[in-house]
Amino acid sequence: MNKATLLAVSIVSGLALTTAAEARDQIRIVGSSTVYPFTTAVAEQFGKASGGKTPVVESTGTGGGMKIFCEGVGVDKADGTNASRRIKKSEFELCDKNGVKDIIELTVGYDGLTIAQSKDGPQVALTRKQVFQALAEKVPNDKGELVDNPYKNWSDIDPSLPNIKIEVLGPPPTSGTRDSFHELFMEKGAEGFDSLKAMKADKATEKDFEKIWKSIRKDGAYVEAGENDNVIVQKLEGNKNAFGIFGFSFLEENADKLKGVAIEGADPTFDNISGGKYKGARPLFVYFKKAHIGVIPGLDKFIAEYTSEKALGTEGYLTEKGLVALPKDAFEKSAKAANEGVTLKADELK
Amino acid sequence: MTDITAGGVSPPIRRVEFETAESKARLRRRYRSEARFKAYGIAALVVAAAFLFALLSSIVMRGIPGFFQHYLVADVLVDAAKIDPEGKGDAATLRAGDYTAVARAALAEAIPGVEGRQLKRELNGLLSSGAGDALREMVVADPSLVGQRVKAPLLLADEADVFLKTSGTKIRVISDTRGIATPSATTGEISILVGANDFADDVALVKAELKALADSIDETIARRKARGATVESLADLEREATELRRRHAAAATSERLDAKTASRLVAINGGLVKVKEMTPTLVKGEVIIPLKSTADAAPGTWEIRVYETPESNRNLNDRGLAFLEELKAKGLVESQFNFAFFTRGDSREAELAGIQGALVGSILTLLVTIGLCLPIGVLAAIYLEEFAPKNRITELIEININNLAAVPSIVFGLLGLAVFLNFFGMPRSAPLVGGLVLALLVLPTIIIASRAALKSVPPSIREAALGVGASKQQAVFHHVLPLAMPGIMTGTIIGMAHALGETAPLLMIGMIAFIVDVPSSLTQAATVLPVQIFLWSDLPEPAFKMKTAAAIIVLLAVLFLMNGLAIWLRKKFERRW
Repeated sequence: MNKATLLAVSIVSGLALTTAAEARDQIRIVGSSTVYPFTTAVAEQFGKASGGKTPVVESTGTGGGMKIFCEGVGVDKADGTNASRRIKKSEFELCDKNGVKDIIELTVGYDGLTIAQSKDGPQVALTRKQVFQALAEKVPNDKGELVDNPYKNWSDIDPSLPNIKIEVLGPPPTSGTRDSFHELFMEKGAEGFDSLKAMKADKATEKDFEKIWKSIRKDGAYVEAGENDNVIVQKLEGNKNAFGIFGFSFLEENADKLKGVAIEGADPTFDNISGGKYKGARPLFVYFKKAHIGVIPGLDKFIAEYTSEKALGTEGYLTEKGLVALPKDAFEKSAKAANEGVTLKADELK
Repeated sequence: MTDITAGGVSPPIRRVEFETAESKARLRRRYRSEARFKAYGIAALVVAAAFLFALLSSIVMRGIPGFFQHYLVADVLVDAAKIDPEGKGDAATLRAGDYTAVARAALAEAIPGVEGRQLKRELNGLLSSGAGDALREMVVADPSLVGQRVKAPLLLADEADVFLKTSGTKIRVISDTRGIATPSATTGEISILVGANDFADDVALVKAELKALADSIDETIARRKARGATVESLADLEREATELRRRHAAAATSERLDAKTASRLVAINGGLVKVKEMTPTLVKGEVIIPLKSTADAAPGTWEIRVYETPESNRNLNDRGLAFLEELKAKGLVESQFNFAFFTRGDSREAELAGIQGALVGSILTLLVTIGLCLPIGVLAAIYLEEFAPKNRITELIEININNLAAVPSIVFGLLGLAVFLNFFGMPRSAPLVGGLVLALLVLPTIIIASRAALKSVPPSIREAALGVGASKQQAVFHHVLPLAMPGIMTGTIIGMAHALGETAPLLMIGMIAFIVDVPSSLTQAATVLPVQIFLWSDLPEPAFKMKTAAAIIVLLAVLFLMNGLAIWLRKKFERRW
């Protein structure tokens, strides 16, 4: 037995030394778990069509993906990263510092962030201001003073809302979906109050304003249901008075059990999100390194596949996976960036 | 209880009274306390067993459908024009053939005459994008099939598969129709005139639904008014209610069906028509399956089919469902054991996704882990237990090994990222790195288990060996180690089972990834079973929920096997002294 194990050890250590500088024939992409279902679908189609190796897509989260993406240029570094928000200026600078100079940015579609409930639940339509009132830790009262959130039932916020307890299941703070929820719903909702809007405009109180929309109440009205959206879907089935926050694709796939709540009068539907009527939507991005095109075999073809009509178009296979297609001009911009290798400039970012 | 008598003088005997009421009560109390304790123990066991049973049965119930898959088993014409137009007949050409087109042709044969791009799309949508894969394997294995007709299983898409598995809607068939029905055409948008008012009941039903809807809106309006809502905010609702009431009251006019009410289809002259508008004696609708003729259909030869679940509440729309029901009625849909689940890598199409990639990844990773852990762990344990002097330094090492066993596993992942990936430059997502990280994770466990096993070998064995002149090394390797081996193996296998279930440390080294190709070497990108489960559980398609549960069953089966092996080894080689 000892000889066998010695052999195993020597093989393992031998492999470890030889692999370090091997050339790579497989595309590697990291990043957001929200974009993961779409990039993987493209990867699979690409692998089937090319007959070569299927690209490896890692699910690391947007921030984690950016870190890996910006490590540098070379065969041992990732070729692309998925992002559920635009690249930040700080990340762009990090990339630049590490030699990742030319970045191709593709906007691939929208992800609608939906508030949904069980099919059997009472019919509800909300505004973002009401969502803010229901879930913020501190809200302005009638006199405009900030108080601890006093609302117990939806009808306390607005008499036209049903008289049921506020109970919203949503993602934990570590999730990218949660970040989007804060930005799309809570911040915009807070701006619906004149007193808070004044706070935002004033440089001195800007930070306090940020704290208000970034704090969610902790008295049980908002339940952190874990990173997995399927868990929220399951819980909503059992509790018809509860609401859940998750991506549009989950609402679409579970149309037999759930219905979406209209926000400012617009239902979360494919057309409303794509047309910009539904306010709770965010764009999704994929970033590639221009320096890797021509070095990693097939990368240019993969980018072309991603921005092709059959993938990203309004009838494309990605829409079947729940991605909301881009309007025509945005789609053309992405296709152009892909074809001509248009790179991102620092002054486009904030 | 007994008094020791000292000296000759017997002291007064202290009698312990067992018979008094007080002592009996005390005894009863002690028995009661014991009985209570036993009851708590049993209750705890029952609760634990109930949870385990609930967990396992829920996983098995959800997972079993994941091992099966619905196929369209049809007579397929392996068309040479689509597979091998130049008649080369070599494997590469046969492999590259357009088998999807062949599968679609077979489907078009099963339901002939479907026209229109949209309808054809819906029909082809029933088939998976990998529908022709099984056929391809058959043809490559036997090239003589080209040009022949064969019975081949064509994979159905996940929506159809899930719909069949969950029996998505109740279908009510009204076959005792009373009037003669006359269709106006065989395809496209047609109307059907009926001699008797066969649709009267249905129109009434729809109208009742409308009234109920209007009533519920009225209630909402009343409630909101009571709470002081403004009139303008209610205008939309009031308009909607008025419109519904108007439709309910209008007796003779036609009633339009939409996605929110139950769907109604008319099966007539071998075709199928989806009803869009109806009056008691006339329906208008869209032909899904073309009619054979426009001849009058006698009462009882045509029927009304009602899909009770409204279209908007289903994942499969009316057309898809109608096609699927038609295929089922022809006996072409079959559920088979999904062997492909064990021979495929991951996929974004639920019906094509398999666990072989993850299984192989797990095996490769564990091979690296055991190849490193077993020799290093056992030798370290032997040195520490048998040879090392007992002093401050070895004590410190011992304490640290115990501490290391309690370090959260994610920390090992960070270590792996910093050392193996960044410093040594090893590839991301490779089983090699995963195995190294997991080896670090389970090493302390194995050292502790091995030391315990060595300690349990009685000193007499060592002394006897030393007594007949063996060196210390001979005594350990020839006598102590073989006797400790069952304990060491048990510890190792438990450690491996632990490593098999880990995901957190693999996150950092890139093994949480979508990998289609089954890995064939230690440096290719791979993922492992628990990671595959985690990834599938996060996808929105309902079919992946079944796959998740099925993958959990596979993981549990592997764990049971490993633990069973550990028990068997212990029982077989165990020695008692």
